[in-house]
Amino acid sequence: MDPRRKRTLRLVTALTAAFLLAGALAYTSFSASSEATEPSKLARDAKPGRSYQLTGKVVAGYRHEGSTLVFRVRDRDGTASVPVRYSGAVPDPFRAGREVIVDVRKRGAVFVGEKDSLVTKCPSKFSKSEQRS
Amino acid sequence: MDLVQFLLVLVVLAAVVAVVSAPLRSGRAAEAAPDEDLGALEAAKEAKYREIRDAELDHRTGKLSEADWRALDARLRADAVEILRRLDEARG
Amino acid sequence: MATLGRACLILALAICLYGIVASVYGARTGRREWVASGRRSVYALAGVLTVAFAVLEAAFLRSDFAFDVVASHSSTTTPNFYKATAAWSSQEGSLLLWVWLLSLWSSLVLFAVRRRARQVQPWATAILLAFGAFFAGLTLFLADPFAVSSPAPLEGSGLNPLLRHPSMMVHPPMLYSGYTLFTIPFAFAAGALIARRLDAEWIAVTRRFSLAAWFCLGVGILLGARWSYVELGWGGYWGWDPVENASLLPWLTGTAFLHSVMIQEKRGMLKVWNVSLVLATGILAILGTFLVRSGILDSIHAFGASTLGRPFLVLIALLVAGSIGLVVSRRRELRSEHRLDSLMSREAVFLLNNLVLVGLAFVVFWGTFFPLISEALTGTKASVGPPWFDRYTVPLALVLVLLAGIGPVIAWRAASPAHLWRQFRLPLAAPLVVVGAGLAGGLGEHPAALVMFALAAFVLAAVGQEFWRGTLARRAMTREPVPVALLSLVRRNRRRYGGYLVHAGMAVLFVGVAASSAFQANRDVRMRPGQSARVNGYDVRYVRATTGLAGEKISLGAVLDVSRGGRHVTTLRPTRGYYPSTDPSLGPVARYFDGQATSEVGLRAGLRRDLWMAVEPDVQALEPFVRDADRRFGRAPPQLQGLLIAAIAERYRRHPAPATFRIIVSPLVSWIWLGALIVVLGALVALWPAPAAVRRRATSAYARRVAREVA
Repeated sequence: MDPRRKRTLRLVTALTAAFLLAGALAYTSFSASSEATEPSKLARDAKPGRSYQLTGKVVAGYRHEGSTLVFRVRDRDGTASVPVRYSGAVPDPFRAGREVIVDVRKRGAVFVGEKDSLVTKCPSKFSKSEQRS
Repeated sequence: MDLVQFLLVLVVLAAVVAVVSAPLRSGRAAEAAPDEDLGALEAAKEAKYREIRDAELDHRTGKLSEADWRALDARLRADAVEILRRLDEARG
Repeated sequence: MATLGRACLILALAICLYGIVASVYGARTGRREWVASGRRSVYALAGVLTVAFAVLEAAFLRSDFAFDVVASHSSTTTPNFYKATAAWSSQEGSLLLWVWLLSLWSSLVLFAVRRRARQVQPWATAILLAFGAFFAGLTLFLADPFAVSSPAPLEGSGLNPLLRHPSMMVHPPMLYSGYTLFTIPFAFAAGALIARRLDAEWIAVTRRFSLAAWFCLGVGILLGARWSYVELGWGGYWGWDPVENASLLPWLTGTAFLHSVMIQEKRGMLKVWNVSLVLATGILAILGTFLVRSGILDSIHAFGASTLGRPFLVLIALLVAGSIGLVVSRRRELRSEHRLDSLMSREAVFLLNNLVLVGLAFVVFWGTFFPLISEALTGTKASVGPPWFDRYTVPLALVLVLLAGIGPVIAWRAASPAHLWRQFRLPLAAPLVVVGAGLAGGLGEHPAALVMFALAAFVLAAVGQEFWRGTLARRAMTREPVPVALLSLVRRNRRRYGGYLVHAGMAVLFVGVAASSAFQANRDVRMRPGQSARVNGYDVRYVRATTGLAGEKISLGAVLDVSRGGRHVTTLRPTRGYYPSTDPSLGPVARYFDGQATSEVGLRAGLRRDLWMAVEPDVQALEPFVRDADRRFGRAPPQLQGLLIAAIAERYRRHPAPATFRIIVSPLVSWIWLGALIVVLGALVALWPAPAAVRRRATSAYARRVAREVA
């Protein structure tokens, strides 16, 4: 085979492989991803079984049931809230009023958090934008 | 306090100007510029020597057969000789 | 002193702008004195930024709350040790640290190469100064570390307690050193492209800096992982968080570059690939800084100051466009001098390793930026979690470890099949033994982990064989005793054997990662004193609650007795520390329990397994007492309030509510840190300058021989 054809062939193979990887990444990431949603939207149109990434603020009065943390998350600027049952690691900065992110699925009337998916944003004194609000 | 700071700023400014302008003040062009290819050839020579040493080590640790190594070594050394010749040329 | 600091920043920006003009003018007209002046402006930049940084550090150490950043990130109660490091816990201070480190490393490289790479150097100087100008501009106009308030507050809000950990002292400077060091090969590569000097010289002059960048970034990443493991109360060391990923990206492409650049040095091949890799690495380093500093993605680290987003995006867009333009316009000069001789050669293995590393970087990039991608495509922000990352990174990591074993034992250019067999039969025996033992030991349920163990054994055997054979060869030549022969072998071939050590260390590290991910047992349990839980054969009994008051921190903890089969193993004392909130709307007592809290985990580390325990006391049970204390003694003097807090703590000790414990039995986690130490050692061996005498002797010996053949 002459070198030019060989090079073209190699280029085509490499590009095909790259496109296959990119395609696989795109496909799996869309199917495995969880949408970021606020409590008000989740309360309206959550489908059972689908995973959502819930973001919002912790409502005061959370409690433990066994090793399960039971709390409500409300909209960042609003009062609509949804109940969450979560078990797993609770980040150190977790407090009422703090902004959290947690992966949840709808089970009946409550949202069940996926284990260890709870993330608390840094408290306000370390973040400028929240200091302003 | 403010005067102290002002003086300190002046000192820093003077130091910066002195450091940065030194080559411009000295007037004469910096030392004669060596031929530009010299650096490239030196780098090529270093790389070639390293390659010769690597091939030898590869041979001695059993990665290259005697025959393969001899052929490779001869070729690399020929390359090195060529680089040395061009280096001498460049140096004049 | 804020005026002095601010003046230094203004001066820094002016120096950068002057230096860019001087360097470019010098490069275009060939007037050396202007090039020299441009180079000296980098030294001057390092000087003024050192003064600026010293002013900021002094303000932190003196707790000068007139400085806004000091008031918001330190306090008189912050331990001295951490006052010094609080400087870079702030946005402003960390940007100053970035540009300061950039100026130091740039000065170092420009001083080292002042007589070399004459045509490339002024362009590289200009590019480095352009980075300097960008960051100096950020600190001047958008994140001023020298902003002051009058009157100065009496007390500051303190350093985030989570950051009070020794590794957090070293982690940011290491990470930033890595980022800024990667801008050096970036600048020289771009300079070489602009000047059309695409020989091996720019690689030779920046090689050590690329390696140092890789080293610092790697150490920074590991310190971050270690901090996460012992400080963040969740028991993991890596969570595919955007900020972690941001630091991993340039490290992956940098690793690829360190390998592929050897092919260019030796064979003059892959020039387009190498410049593209190094330009991408530099851009990813800037992107990493951007991700952390802009808060564009949700992360536990997101600092939420979005004012920096736009300038960074403009910079990154310029860098990407400029890089692509340069590579495309110089494609003629970038043509390869040779072709790949054989697929059974070290070159081919390096090439494959590059594809895997770049593939890994692409996967990480995609997953990290997926929220932005999905928002652009579908309008909703969606994100992918660790399982998605694992799906791709696990197989790619397996291939990578396999290649790390093949690389050292295969020859450059072409290997013959007979020699391949001689090379591979011993290293191949090791994974077979491991697989056999693993299957017999019941590890078959986790095939990925088992494969990783086998591949790591292969790497270790291959590297061991290399060291052994090299030592024997050396001994045959010099008749030195084995240890001496080994040492002089390594000394004379630092890059090669340093690199092999790095491979061995990575293999050990991956064993730790695989074992601790596949075979970890963890449980969250809620216990009262006297109750016990069983995790993976260990009985953990909650003996009693503990309390402690130290400085401004209250810690509530537990004494846990760990036994196995009735035999006492260890006693662990995890605690959780509560730091008072500075929110004045809370009561004087309540603010103690509503501020920041940090975990001190109880850890018993071992070569075989770590026992890791964290406690989360139920402070809500204390709430009635806290509220009561605030109502009745809200206006009492601080000393009395101190007594009240002590009394509440004492109450907790006597009548503790059930606490939640996270108990983890994780095998071989220590191997991660052990492997990392081996990697560090190997990198230091490769980085250490070869003694000049040895180098000269070897060189002149070869020169004589080559010269003899000329005659």
